Amino acid sequence: MSMNICEQEFTSVSERATCSAHGEDSAYFAGWEEYRRNPYDSLLNPSGVIQMGLAENRLSFDLLEEWLVKHPEASVNFQQDLFKELALYQDYHGLPAFKKAMANFMEELRGNKVKFEPERIVNTAGATAANEVLMFCLADPGDAFLVPSPYYAGFDRDLRWRTGVEIVPIHCYSSNNFQITKSAVESAFKEAQKRKMNVKGILITNPCNPLGTTSSAEILKMLLEFSMKKKIHLVCDEIYSGSVFSSPHFYSIAEIVAKQHYMADNVHIVYSLSKDLGLPGFRVGAIYSYNNSVVTAARRMSSFCMVSSQAQHLLSIMLSDSNFIKYYIQENKKRLKERHNLLVSGLAQAGIEQLDGNSGLFCWVNMRHLLPSHDLEGELKLWKSILEEARLNISPGSSFNCMEPGWFRVCFADMNMSTMEVALQRLQRFAKEYKIIANAKL
Amino acid sequence: MKTVLCEENNCLSASVDNFDDSEISLSNMATCNLHGEDSPYFAGWEAYRKDPYDEKLNPHGVIQMGLAENTLSFDLMEEWLLVHPEATITSEQGLDSFKELALYQDYHGLPDYRKAMAKFMEALRGYKVKFDPDRIVNAAGSTAANEVLMFCLADAGDVFLVPSPYYPAFARDLRWRTGVEIEPIHCYSSNNFQITKSEVESAFKRAQDLKKKVKGILITNPCNPLGTISSAETLKMLLAFANKKKIHLVCDEIYAGSVFHSPEFHSIAEIVAEENYTPDNVHIVYSLSKDMGLPGFRVGTIYSYNDTVVTAARRMSSFTMISTQTQHLLSTMLSDSEFVNYYIAENKMRLKERHGLIVAGFERAGIKYLKGNAGLFCWVDMSDLLPSKDIEGELKLWKGILYEAKLNISPGSSFKCMEPGWFRVCFAEMSTSTMEVALERLQRFAEQCKNHA
Repeated sequence: MSMNICEQEFTSVSERATCSAHGEDSAYFAGWEEYRRNPYDSLLNPSGVIQMGLAENRLSFDLLEEWLVKHPEASVNFQQDLFKELALYQDYHGLPAFKKAMANFMEELRGNKVKFEPERIVNTAGATAANEVLMFCLADPGDAFLVPSPYYAGFDRDLRWRTGVEIVPIHCYSSNNFQITKSAVESAFKEAQKRKMNVKGILITNPCNPLGTTSSAEILKMLLEFSMKKKIHLVCDEIYSGSVFSSPHFYSIAEIVAKQHYMADNVHIVYSLSKDLGLPGFRVGAIYSYNNSVVTAARRMSSFCMVSSQAQHLLSIMLSDSNFIKYYIQENKKRLKERHNLLVSGLAQAGIEQLDGNSGLFCWVNMRHLLPSHDLEGELKLWKSILEEARLNISPGSSFNCMEPGWFRVCFADMNMSTMEVALQRLQRFAKEYKIIANAKL
Repeated sequence: MKTVLCEENNCLSASVDNFDDSEISLSNMATCNLHGEDSPYFAGWEAYRKDPYDEKLNPHGVIQMGLAENTLSFDLMEEWLLVHPEATITSEQGLDSFKELALYQDYHGLPDYRKAMAKFMEALRGYKVKFDPDRIVNAAGSTAANEVLMFCLADAGDVFLVPSPYYPAFARDLRWRTGVEIEPIHCYSSNNFQITKSEVESAFKRAQDLKKKVKGILITNPCNPLGTISSAETLKMLLAFANKKKIHLVCDEIYAGSVFHSPEFHSIAEIVAEENYTPDNVHIVYSLSKDMGLPGFRVGTIYSYNDTVVTAARRMSSFTMISTQTQHLLSTMLSDSEFVNYYIAENKMRLKERHGLIVAGFERAGIKYLKGNAGLFCWVDMSDLLPSKDIEGELKLWKGILYEAKLNISPGSSFKCMEPGWFRVCFAEMSTSTMEVALERLQRFAEQCKNHA
């Protein structure tokens, strides 16, 4: 960049500040813009864009609010000296009561089939921060992490931007319901080696975003064995572990580890309260590592992304209330299941199939039959039509690095029933009209 | 040798297993020591942890004077909270906001919060400057704010010039994950540790001689550990130098609300306001950890005059956002102008009082100190008590104070001070009675040292 001679010179900023690894130039974010400009409101703007691209859980706030009303002790100034104690508490170890409660909650989410040690929990301001900290701890710039695709669009930024780590996808296909296969893992590993990258680990999301499915125990064992054989790390982002609402059964990597006869010191779990409890604003994430050095290093790094002690206090009380959390988990799952089923039957009426899912806040939907052309361009055209004509913001598979065009992620837990009914009607109408147009073109 | 979970005994034991003995490696970043915790001064924290002073339960324990915390004004905030239940979402009045706050994960931050923060920053500067809420970027503490700025302004291997003595954790915050390096701008007691143009130029030249690219200067004003402020002339000199060299100027003004005496505090924002253009190389860091004593709430701010930096920093703040519950509490509190003005004035008065007490104690003990007007600490000269005028002498003296006087104070070498014998002593995190005990012990220790000599 050339400098001119006037006083108001351009002072250069860093590479990181000006590169595009922040990921905001993708279609995933463009849809949000459109929604922002013209948001649906049943009374004020009934023909606005309905947001179905946000994996948020808005179904169970009433349960949390009811609990809050009954528990004034969760407040930061409930008693003498509590405010001062919390205000001053900046120890990156985190409040002991909070970590205990978090361990408790994580055990409860897994049906109490495994135990979590509070001392292995590292607090971070959200799973976004947790994943980044893990990358900083496990890999050097230029190293690679293998990530099954399709994967959460934010990983391109979270795992790569400031860390310099590369993602090499483990391709998954509809032919076997997008399950991770050993050969796909081996191919990805070879691909990385071909590109002269040092593979430092595998990162999976289980339950999976965007698929809405869980990995079987066999697949988890396969991944653990592969990672041990290659001496690489296995990171399991289990952010949706509390959002599994039907069979098959959810297996946490913690259960697989518990069955081993050695300490799997290459396994690390990521969690957060953003999805299961619907609290993304409070920034409550966690790294759970079976590796002592990683716990230490990650904890030190968490100085850059600590959880507010105000939030730690509130949640330490809420998550220690075993009766409440048992009730919450069960009721929340019931509501997710109901909403999921509503979406699935609505899709069926529109002649649209979806991947048989049992978890998460979304459906992975097959709209290949509506593609104008079976490629990325066709998918983006279809996405745009759905956005502009049906006025629905859903997320195209390409934004999740899906290899097969025509798949879309549709969220179901961030709107009320009536809005969903409107959305489904629009989708049904769109599919019908689109089919007519497509048939006419033949 | 792997550690094995022995299921029968439910214990950990060492054992050989089926896999190769080599451990799975971590990153260079995870295994290097840029986290800064291997310093010899860790012993001070350990000694305090093992034997903490308590007026009744442990009157001979170690008194902590190494923590720059402000515990003097919590009662003001507690009183305010009692009459403002709407500020906490856990109250009946605040519950309405719960859902919206719980879902709000926009890295722009709550608009009301940024407005309130801008207003507070203006109040701290006597309303002499205006802050644009849209230039405020949230970060979970100034630790995060400083790191984000380094990521935005410099590439790995680039250098930032930082006046020494400086806050020890800069070594971690500015360097660890960013790969940025620090070149100190040396400051000396001969001119009360003020930053001089020639030292800035020397530091710049040293970096250049090492073939390093200087990307900016970072100052803390009011200064930690000195407890002094930079004059308007010094700030103008720094801005002019930064402009000439086309580098950035970051001003960490975390102690902006803790100036309790003349000379008057000048924020870089005032210097900028006097220029007839908006500079693209000035950035201010702020936090509520010191002025309001809220380090646990993780409330930091980047204020940048550069649009590209605001955008990039804001995106990066995804990794270090402020809890909306906390944003809500503070936006309510800091929008209350009457309370804010009252808090600022009262807090300063208490700091001034406490500062007065401690310097009176130093004088009684015959201990010299740098005349300070800000911060939560004093910069004290104990060089005439040094067994030898070097770092070893300083460490010995520090250990003597720790184990004999049982006071944990911070030695100047931990702040990269060039002259041995200076120590930082904090005064805002203990009661007046504890301070009296501490001062008595210090006086006794100093007298003993002098008698031995």
